[in-house]
Amino acid sequence: MSRQTSRREFLRAAGGAAAGLGLASVIAVGPARATPASMQEAIRKVVGAAQVQTGRVKLDLPPLSENGNTVPMTVTAESPMTAADHVKAMHVFNEKNPQPDVASFRFGPRAGRASVSTRIRLADTQTVVAICEMSDGSFWQTSANVVVTLAACLEEA
Amino acid sequence: MRGFRAALCLAALAASASAGEIPLGERRSGYDLMGRETRAMQDDDTANPGMLWVLEGETLWNKKTGHAARACAECHGDARTSMKGVAARHPAFDAARGRPVTLEQRINACRVERQKAPALAYESRELLALTAYVARQSRGLPIDVATDERTRPFLEAGRATFYRRQGQLNLACNQCHDDNWGRRLAGNVVPQGHPTGYPLYRLEWQSLGSLERRLRGCLTGIRAEPYDFGAAELVNLELFLMWRARGMTFETPAVRP
Amino acid sequence: MANALINVPPRAKRGEIIEIKTLISHPMETGYRRTQTGTAVPRDIIRTFVATYNGAEIFRAELHPAIAANPFIAFSTVATESGTLTFQWTGDRGFSETASAAITVE
Repeated sequence: MSRQTSRREFLRAAGGAAAGLGLASVIAVGPARATPASMQEAIRKVVGAAQVQTGRVKLDLPPLSENGNTVPMTVTAESPMTAADHVKAMHVFNEKNPQPDVASFRFGPRAGRASVSTRIRLADTQTVVAICEMSDGSFWQTSANVVVTLAACLEEA
Repeated sequence: MRGFRAALCLAALAASASAGEIPLGERRSGYDLMGRETRAMQDDDTANPGMLWVLEGETLWNKKTGHAARACAECHGDARTSMKGVAARHPAFDAARGRPVTLEQRINACRVERQKAPALAYESRELLALTAYVARQSRGLPIDVATDERTRPFLEAGRATFYRRQGQLNLACNQCHDDNWGRRLAGNVVPQGHPTGYPLYRLEWQSLGSLERRLRGCLTGIRAEPYDFGAAELVNLELFLMWRARGMTFETPAVRP
Repeated sequence: MANALINVPPRAKRGEIIEIKTLISHPMETGYRRTQTGTAVPRDIIRTFVATYNGAEIFRAELHPAIAANPFIAFSTVATESGTLTFQWTGDRGFSETASAAITVE
């Protein structure tokens, strides 16, 4: 399993390099990758000692991505979004990209709706985690699995 | 028993070898084979990354350029009217050159001859932007390249390329795009290969790119030496592909995996 | 390409939640790619996106290399008053881009 992952890592890095900006295809000497453990650590940095409950936040990602370079993602959380009770931030993490952080989004009662859509990069089939930080200091989490495959033909310069 | 089995195998082989052209009614744009999210990206002009190039093209259309200090708009006016249908008709026969030219080549010819400006490099940001802007004006129209005595030899040359085995993998275009469309190749769905949305934003490229870039990518994929940008082989192939897609709806700027 | 493409409804009712879509051209170079000769392509990403409504901050995003090229960010806000929404993207190598849109709130 780990041998398959390293070959895929190699091909993925080569593919990621060959794609975009039309640069020549690449020999990949990958830096250390995020692991489920380093993702947990990145989450710890945000939530501190607080207990993270499951629920209230939803992560909308395609179960099978068309292309790992651009995966559409929407994160939403249930909240009345009033001054007294609103979402302060939503943070997204991953477990197999080179870095565990994806993005942090800051909200306030003026948002009306705790919802953000963007497009992310995923280096490999993995789990993505969204952490929602409420104004009352509570943290909520959810996760989603995305299957990421390589493009059939990688371009060369 | 053995003879029967051998006959069955032969029949199966013959069937797959002569699967043949896609019937006109069964032609599908690559759009239909994409996932929901990618289709949504294409459908929304406010979220389609290709629109970034279309908007830049609009700026370039109105910008005076070259020694003649002339903007496209000065001769062609509002592109929404003057360029409507143009991309859906290209490659088109150019009498002066005696051969069909692509939209990119037509734009460059105008730049050099009318604006007295240097030709834009293939796949350069500006050429992609201008091409995308002009091509966008054909969105929703049916593809309609002219086929007459003048274009026939070039169309036949393009057809021959489409059916010719090439490269170290010894594959011809039709083997994937006529015979195996809809099936998967390493996680990607094989499309029928109709150029309905070029130049398009390809997620794999993380950029807008031309049909010629895609064709060269395919040739590299089958381990063939890719023809140069603007080469006769690519122009003829594009003419054939547009003819093969005749009547299908133009989608530029498309989004594809 | 055009630098930024933003979509803000030109009019809205007071109190209505409106959706804002933003798209900006930027390669979001991850810093993990290498050229054929082995040299690393340095990181070059947009790090921060801020939206303000008549000067008050209504949304902020902190981005990392895992955000795809030509970042698309869609979010919502409550239409409180007529005025201007301003969007600013800042990032590596002094990158800074601003765009704005007017809104009429009745």
